[in-house]
Amino acid sequence: MSEFNRGRRTVPGADTLGSSWWWDRIAQGVVFLGGISAIVFIVAIFIFVAQQGLGFAIFELDKGVFLTSPEWRPTTEPEPVFGGLALIVGTASVTGLAMLVAVPFSLGAAIFIGEFATGRAREYLKVLVELLAAIPSVVWGFIGLTVVNPLIIDLFNVPVGLTILNAGVILGLMAAPIMTTIAEDALKAVPDSYREAAEALGATRWQVIRQVVLPSAKNGLVAAILLGVGRGFGETMAVLMASGHSVNLPTSPFDSVRALTATIAAELGETARGSEHYKALFSIGILLFLVTFTINLLADVAVRGRRKRR
Amino acid sequence: MSSFRATELDRRNQRRERWVRGLFLVMTLMLILPVLIILGTLAWRGHSVISLDFLLSFPTNGMTEGGIFPALVGTLWLVGVALVVSVPMGVAAAIYLSEYAPENLLTRSINLAIINLAGVPSIVHALFGVGAFVLFFNFGTSILAAGLTLAVMTLPVVIVSTRESLQAVPQAFREASWSLGATRWQTIRRIVLPNSVSGILTGVILEVSRTVGETAPIMFTGAAFFLPFLPLGVGDQTMALSLHLFTVSTQVPNVPEALPFGVALTLISLVLILNAVSIAFRMYLRGKKKW
Repeated sequence: MSEFNRGRRTVPGADTLGSSWWWDRIAQGVVFLGGISAIVFIVAIFIFVAQQGLGFAIFELDKGVFLTSPEWRPTTEPEPVFGGLALIVGTASVTGLAMLVAVPFSLGAAIFIGEFATGRAREYLKVLVELLAAIPSVVWGFIGLTVVNPLIIDLFNVPVGLTILNAGVILGLMAAPIMTTIAEDALKAVPDSYREAAEALGATRWQVIRQVVLPSAKNGLVAAILLGVGRGFGETMAVLMASGHSVNLPTSPFDSVRALTATIAAELGETARGSEHYKALFSIGILLFLVTFTINLLADVAVRGRRKRR
Repeated sequence: MSSFRATELDRRNQRRERWVRGLFLVMTLMLILPVLIILGTLAWRGHSVISLDFLLSFPTNGMTEGGIFPALVGTLWLVGVALVVSVPMGVAAAIYLSEYAPENLLTRSINLAIINLAGVPSIVHALFGVGAFVLFFNFGTSILAAGLTLAVMTLPVVIVSTRESLQAVPQAFREASWSLGATRWQTIRRIVLPNSVSGILTGVILEVSRTVGETAPIMFTGAAFFLPFLPLGVGDQTMALSLHLFTVSTQVPNVPEALPFGVALTLISLVLILNAVSIAFRMYLRGKKKW
C-alpha cells in the first residue's frame, strides 16, 4: 500500500472528521476483526479440543502404554486399555502407501501440465485435476467400499479387500490432485527467464526441467508433498470406510487396519460425555492437531525459504 | 550449413526428450483415468435409481427404500447457515489482508492460521464443534452447531479466493479514487468490491461445494442418521446428503445395492456441477476483463 494513505495520521486542516471519516474508522475495525478471525479460530480449536482432552492426556493417560501397546480396548471394565500403537501404525501405513502412489504421479503430472502441455490441452488438464480434487471424502470412502474392495478380492485372491492397500490407493488418488496443483504452482513460480537462459544455451526441454526448473522449485515441491502427507494423515471418512477398521498391527498391505482419525469418527457417538473413553478420543484429537500443525508449519517454512532466496 | 545439422548427441537428446515427455503424459493419465473410470462406474450403477420421486420423497422401510428428500433439505440448511456466517467473515478478512494489512508479524500469523485452518483434519474440526458449539455455547446437536462448524472449516476457502479477486483489481484504480479525496473505505466499497464481486461469487460457489461434501464435522454436531420429519429451524437436528451416503452404505443392513450408488451419484453430481459452474464462471470473467 502506498505511503500517503496510511490512514492513521491526518493532515491538519484538511481533515474534517466527518461521517465518512468515521465510517472509514468503523470499516477498518470491522475488517480487522475479520482478519484476525482465522487466528482466533485456530486458537479456539486448540483450546476447545484441549479443554476436553488435555488434562486426561497429561495426568491420566499412560503415555508408555499409548505409544507401545497395540491394545485399544477403551470400554473394557474395570481396566480399559488405551494403547494407540495399532492406530498410529494404521495411520502411518495407509498414509505411507498413499504417498508412494501420489508423490511420483502427482509430481509427474505437475511437470507434464506445467512444462510440457501447451494451450488448450493444458487448460483442460488443469480443470480436470481441479474437479478431481473436489470429490468429497465420503464419496471416496464409498468408492473404496464398493469399487476397489471387490477389485482387490478378485485381483489378489484374498478374502477381504478393505485393507491398507485399498485405503492407501484411495487416499493416494484423493491427495494427488491437490499435490499436483500445489506442485504446478511451485513450477510456475520459477521465472521464465531461467528457462530462456538455459534454452538459449541449447538445452532441451527435459534438460531445462531437470537441471534448472526442478532445483529452483525444490522447496515448493517439498511443500506440496508435505501438504499431501498432512491431508492423508488427517483424512477421516475415506479411511474409515476403506481400511477395514480393525485394531490390528499389520504385517502386509493385505491386512485391515484402523486409523487415528477413523477411531474418533467411529467411537465418539457412542461414548458418554466426560468418560475416560470420551477424553481419550479428544486426546487423539490433540495429537492429530499438533501433528498437522507441525506439518503445515514445515510446509510454510519450505515455501518461505524459496521466496527468501529470490 | 554444417552447423545446423543434428549431431549424434542432439539426436540422442531429442529421443530422450520424447521418451520423458511420453512418460510424464502416461503418469498424468494414470492419475486422471482411473478416477474417470470410477466416476463412470458410479454413474452407470446409480443412474437407474435417480428420479424426481427419489429426490423428493422420504426414505422408507428402514432407509432401504424411498428417497433422499430430507437429506437434500438438510444439506441446504447446513450450507445456508455456513454461508451466512463464513461469507461476511471471510470477505472482511480478505479485505483486511488485501487492502489494509501491513507486512508484519501479525499478517504472517494470519496467513499461517489460514493455512492451518484449511489443514486441520476434519475430525478435529468435529471435536472443536462438539466442544465449542454443542457444549460450551450450548446449542446442542443442531443445524446451528453443525453449520457453524462447517463455517469455520470452510472459512479459508472464502478468504483465499476473495483475497485473490481483490488483489486482481489494479492498484491504479485505488490510487485514482484516493486522489479524488475518497477515504479508504469509500474506495473499497465503490471501486474495489464492485470490480471483484464476481470473483468473490466464484469463491462462494466453491465453498458451497466443499460444504455439501463434508461429513465428519457434522456427524456429532447436528446431523442424524434418520429423522422422519424435516427440520423447522436452526435448533433442530437434520439429515444431510453426505452423512446419508455413509449411513446407507455402512450402517443399514439389507440396503438394495443400487440405492447407495444413487445417493453417491446425487452427491458427486451436485459437487461437480457446483465446481464446474465456478470454473466456467472464472474463465468467462477472465475473458471479459477490461484491464
